[in-house]
Formats: sequence, C-alpha cells, structure tokens
Amino acid sequence: MLAQYADIPAGVSAATVPAPFEVVSKCQDTPDTYTFELRGRSGHALQFLPGQCTMLSRGGSGEVPISISGDPDEPERLWHTVRSLGLRTAAICASEPGDVLGVRGPWGQPWPVEYLEGSDVVIAAGGIGLAPLRSAILWLLARRQRYGRLVLLYGARTPDQLVYADQLRAWQERGLEVLVTVDSAGPEWLGNVGVVTKLARRAALDAPRTAVLCCGPEVMMRFMVDTLLRLGVGTERIHVSMERNMQCGIGHCGHCQLGPTLICKDGPVYRWSKIQPWINVKEL
Amino acid sequence: MQALDELISASPVFGGMQEKHLKLIADCGRPVEVDADKYLFHAAGVADTFWLIRTGTIALELHGAGRGAVVIETLHDGEVVGWSWLFAPYRLQFDGRATEPCSLVAFDAARLRAKCDEDHELGYQLMQRFASYMAVALMATRMQLLDVYGDARAVR
Amino acid sequence: MAAEQVIERSDLEQLFEALVRRGYAIVGPVARDGAIVYDEIRNSEQLPAGWTDDQQPGSYRLQRRDDQALFGYGVGPHSLKRHLLPMQQLLWRARLRDDGELTDLEGPPEVPKIAFLGARSCDLHGRRVLEHVLLGAASVDPGDTARSQRLFVIAVQCGQAGANCFCASMGTGPAVTGGYDIVLTEVLDRERHYFVAAAGTRQGADVLCDVTSVPAGEVELAAAAAVPARAAAQITRSLDTDGIKELLYRNIEHPRWDEVAQRCLACANCTMVCPTCFCTTIEDTTDLTVTVVERHQRWDSCFTVDYSYMNAAAVRPSVRSRYRQWMTHKLSTWFDQFGSSGCVGCGRCITWCPVGIDITEETAAIRQSEKESHASA
Repeated sequence: MLAQYADIPAGVSAATVPAPFEVVSKCQDTPDTYTFELRGRSGHALQFLPGQCTMLSRGGSGEVPISISGDPDEPERLWHTVRSLGLRTAAICASEPGDVLGVRGPWGQPWPVEYLEGSDVVIAAGGIGLAPLRSAILWLLARRQRYGRLVLLYGARTPDQLVYADQLRAWQERGLEVLVTVDSAGPEWLGNVGVVTKLARRAALDAPRTAVLCCGPEVMMRFMVDTLLRLGVGTERIHVSMERNMQCGIGHCGHCQLGPTLICKDGPVYRWSKIQPWINVKEL
Repeated sequence: MQALDELISASPVFGGMQEKHLKLIADCGRPVEVDADKYLFHAAGVADTFWLIRTGTIALELHGAGRGAVVIETLHDGEVVGWSWLFAPYRLQFDGRATEPCSLVAFDAARLRAKCDEDHELGYQLMQRFASYMAVALMATRMQLLDVYGDARAVR
Repeated sequence: MAAEQVIERSDLEQLFEALVRRGYAIVGPVARDGAIVYDEIRNSEQLPAGWTDDQQPGSYRLQRRDDQALFGYGVGPHSLKRHLLPMQQLLWRARLRDDGELTDLEGPPEVPKIAFLGARSCDLHGRRVLEHVLLGAASVDPGDTARSQRLFVIAVQCGQAGANCFCASMGTGPAVTGGYDIVLTEVLDRERHYFVAAAGTRQGADVLCDVTSVPAGEVELAAAAAVPARAAAQITRSLDTDGIKELLYRNIEHPRWDEVAQRCLACANCTMVCPTCFCTTIEDTTDLTVTVVERHQRWDSCFTVDYSYMNAAAVRPSVRSRYRQWMTHKLSTWFDQFGSSGCVGCGRCITWCPVGIDITEETAAIRQSEKESHASA
C-alpha cells in the first residue's frame, strides 16, 4: 500500500508526492549512520515486505532511496537507517524527534522470505548492508519454527562500523546464530578479526539445505557469493540486494537500469543466477 | 587425550595426508595450554615453533608507535598458526595473543624441517598444504586491503 | 476507416480554422535558425513552403526546392516527444512548514489541447514506443495521460528519404499505416497542388467534415500511393535487426566500444533528439525563504556523468560505458524492459551527432567482426 499524502489535487501524480512521517526517535549507530523510527502523520501504517525501500526526503533537500529496516509485523513503526554521505542524507540525518520526513513507497521486489520454509537460511551482511536485512531477520524470527538453522554472517570494516550491535544478543536468544567479524580492530575488541567470507566456512553449512540473503557493498557481495558457491550453495538459492542511482521509484525515469533490468521494479532483490551475468560487467 | 595424529588429521590443513606422514608430524608435536590475554609468541622472535589450535582463539597483532595494537586476524579451532617457520630467516611477523584460554599443539619447526629434508615426499605434501593455506590467507588479506565495505570515497 | 478525400492547397487553411475552433493550439513545421523546427503556427502561410533538407551524419542543411511543396523535407530535431514528455515540468508545489511537513499542495497547469501537424511514420512509431513506457509505468502520471489524450495528430506521408533514414529496416516506415487522427499525402505536379486526406479516428473525421473536399478518384489515389513508394526507393541506410538483442549482449566488452568512445563527445544531442529517449530527473527546489518547495521533472541523459551517480561516485565514469549504455538500451535491453526495440529508424541521432556517429554502422561493425572471428576460428 502506497504511503498517501491526503488530498492530492487533480493533475498531480500521487506517486510523486511524499507522505509525512514524523521522527519518533533517533539513535546513532556509527559516526555517520543514524537509525530513525518514524510514524505516519496521515494515520496510515506503511505495509511492506522485507527488502522493500522508500524514497526518503527532508523538506526540499531531495530524495534518496533507503531500505526499510523495520519489523514487517509492526508496520505502524517505520524504521530507516541512513548513512550521511551527501547533501540529501546529511539533511535527513540532521533531523530530530518531532521533525517530519517525506516518504514515498514502498517499492521493489522483497526478500523471498515466504518461500524459504524448511531451509537453513544464511543472512550475509556487510557494513550498513545489515539494514535491509533487519526486516527479513525479524520476519524469520517471528516464524522461527518454519525454518532450519538461521545464521547471521556479519562483517564490517572496524567495530565502530557495526550497526544494530545492541540487538544481536536479543536475536541470538530468539534462535539466530550470530557470527560477526571486522577487518581490523584494537585489542579491546573481543570478537573475530578477518574477512567476512571466512565466516561462511566457519558456519559449517549444509549447502543443499541452504538459502542465502546477502546485502552489502557490491564488492563484498561478490566475494561472499563466490565463497558460498564454492561451498556448494546453488546460484538459484542466493539472493542479493542491488543498488543504483534511483530517482522516481516507479520505472519512469530510467536511472536505475542495470543491463536489462530496472532495479526499482525488478529489484532491488535478485536471485544471483539472474543478476550474475550483469554484475561482473565493469561500469555497466 | 586424543592421539596427536588423529587430532592433526582432523584439521583442514593436514587432512588427507598419509598415515606415515601424519606420524612424522605428530612426532614433532606436543600439547600446550595458554591462558587468556597471554602472548603465545612475539614479532621478531625466532620461528622455531608453529601451532595447531585445538580450542580457543589466537589474535594476530601488530604494535605501532602511537597506534597501539591492531588486530589483523583472529584464528580459531582447527586453524594452523604461522608459516614463517618454512622460510629463512625464520622470523615471526606478528604477535600472537590468546583472547581466551587456548589448548594447542606446538610443533618443533626445526625438527620438522629436518624430516622434510630427509623425506621429500613429506616435504612436498606439507608445502602443498601450507601453500594452499597461505593462498587463502593472501586472498583474505587482499580483501581486507581492498576494503570491501568501502565506497569510492574511501578508495580516493 | 473513412474514404480518402482530396483537399486543394487553397482550401488547406480551413483545416487550421477547424482545429482552432475546436480549441487546439496548432504545432507545425517552420523554417527557423537554419532548420525545420516545430512551433505554434496559426495558418498555412507559416509552413516552410519550398524548403527541403540535406541530412548527413553530423550535418543538416536547409536547401531551396524548385517547387512550393509544404512538406518536402524529412524530420528535424523535434519530434512528438516534447508534447508527450515536456522538457521541463512542474510536478507539484507545496508550502513547507517548520517541522518539514508539506501543505497546500498545488499541481501543474492544465494540459493544453495540441494539434500536431506534420508527424511522419517514424514519429508515430516513436509515440507508440514512448507511450508504452510512460503509460505502462507502475504509477501513471495523470499529466502523461492527459497529454496523450489531448494530442491530435495530423500525419504526413514522406515523399522523400534523407540519407540518414532507416525506418524501412526497422519496420516503421516510410509509409504511414496507423496511429493518426488525419493523414495527408501531398501531391504536387506542374498542374495541381492538393492533399489526399484520410481520417483515422472519429475526431479526425469530424475535423475533416469542416474542410472543403471531394472524394479521391483513381488518379489521385495512384498519385498518393506513389509518394511513400518514392521515399522507400530513396532509402539507403539500414539496420540489420536479426538477433540484435543477443548480438549486443554477447559483445558487451567488444573493442568497438573503445573505438566509438574516442569519437563520442558525450554531448547528449542524440538523447535529446531521439523520439523515444525518456529519461528524466527529479529535482526539488526551494525558494529563498525555504517555505515553498517545488518538484520538477526535466529531461536527463545517460550521457552525463552524474546520471549514474551513486554513493559519491559515478558508476559509469567513462564515455565508453555511457555510449555503450545508450546504444545497448536503445537496441537491446529495451526488448527485455518493454517488449520492443527502442529505435524507430528516424536517423535523427546520426544527423545531430556533432561527429556523425551512426548506430547502424556501429552495429554493423560489431556484427561483422563476429563473423570474421568465427570464420578465422
């Protein structure tokens, strides 16, 4: 269900108008990343499936595509984790409780969580890539008995780049195996240090039973998927979340093309076997 | 305690080696325990020992003036620690610190090198396995260098 | 379909009057600034009588004809696209409160009724392809729908082909076969100057009722049929579309892309003149007091560096990758995205490219090099 701005005048395309969502809470995850809980001012809850995104904006500063990180079973609380990287995200990250952000969406193909029953599910995340996967994790944990193992493999550059670090323990208690690593750390870090692909080997996966949901920077995803394929997981069972310059979100502006596919319509979640021929072409 | 050669053959590095070779390797090994936060070895020390981790975690660290300690990798159950013992001048490159109580097998590197000189088949098998182990470590290091989490801004 | 009628040149003015009476603003060809462009016109005297064009790769020249034909030229830089997808449009305007909420939303001005005089077969196919994208989007802009519904099209049969035309090989011309409200075929010889007209829709028939005409006889019908046949005979350029989607997919790293990148200036002319290029960008602007927000949509081009900008860098920084994106989208991935080719063979991109890059030649070069490497294998 699309977020609605009330009273759209004739001649205006409703899908281009952001709906008002008020910031209820804000917390800082890393030096440049913040998580916002938002509540719709027009009263509607934003129904969504894990993996979907919205176009988020602050006032007239322009929109950015951000994955929804909230609990799909609690749609009245909209969560977005935003990294401050440029003018638009800086404007969003500067907002405080009481401020209103504009939300358009949700759009996109979701993680195929409804089709994984009976499988072991690996959630492979890199850096802020855990944000689009959080809603999948919550969905799976709420239906824990339908799945085999649920395993989180999570890597980041350094310990201060990990998001949702305070929630990992709670997820573990609900039945998620959690393996975390960083590329480098000081001695106060008591966890693993090393590449995230190494976690895949340590998890001792039963490849034929395993499906994978993977999200992170493209380079990280390519290495992770390569490792999983070598471990025997099928290309049909690995799903990744892709990203390109997205503007309209409705298949109209052309920017989000990746070869023959439009990421706002056919993605952002793709089966690896489908996206693999295109993801390795430089500057595609 | 489990026979050393069984332990060694179960590890990914030595798995699949012939029994006679496993016995030669086991012959050079002895069990070792290390407490949490204690150093197993220091950088610039002589690489006359390498280890197989039975249980526990060893953090590879480097200290720099003004930087403190940086952990570049943590090694876990079943992993081998160290390959500097294979190549002159046999000097350790990193500090190795146990982050929790560890149970390991320590191998007498000089003795094992001598056995390799006598038995070239053993030497070839060991070299193959350590070369593979080092290739995996090199790939991992390259990924860490590449900063797979980074964006273009970080590369610039 | 209504039967063909003959309208004498001297009665053509009535067509203009009939359209104006029905509230249409008429957009038609005029000679200006060295080209035949499309602009609002009020009468037939403003049409570029006696002008023709000579189009070559990277070149466009107006030339005088030795007769007074009103439509004796090919397509210029403008197409129907501007009237279906404006170069710049306001999507909405709103007040911005202190807390960031938008209020008092206003929409764009009402879409006017436009009668476009002079659309060629390639233009009509271009409209079909473009509307498939715009009206088939996940969420259709009511402005796009209104523009489509309020556009009245008077098509004109081409009587000559330019050097850059390749509609025949794309199956998009030169003969107009549908997609118009009225179609005109201009017949001009030493004795007579008339138009054979037919209606394609009820609105077209209604307009034609207000214009003095007689049913077309055999002589006039034959003369009219000869017009697009003459154009077809003059076509020299062609694009081999056999397996073209897979051809370009197979050759995504072909060295030809490096070669064309050395010539391409990434000026974006081709995307602007192409009747099917539809990429737009959304821009939010505020006034100086930051209390009013406007969201605008304007044409964009995949040839710009910031088109692919993501996370502080461009995905396609090189001209090579951007040219490849444009050409493979137009000829290949368009099939996967929209079920047809994106190209209608109008040749505008070849004419208006400052260095005369020709997509038919680029495709042929890739195809030929594949044949050669198979032969030598």
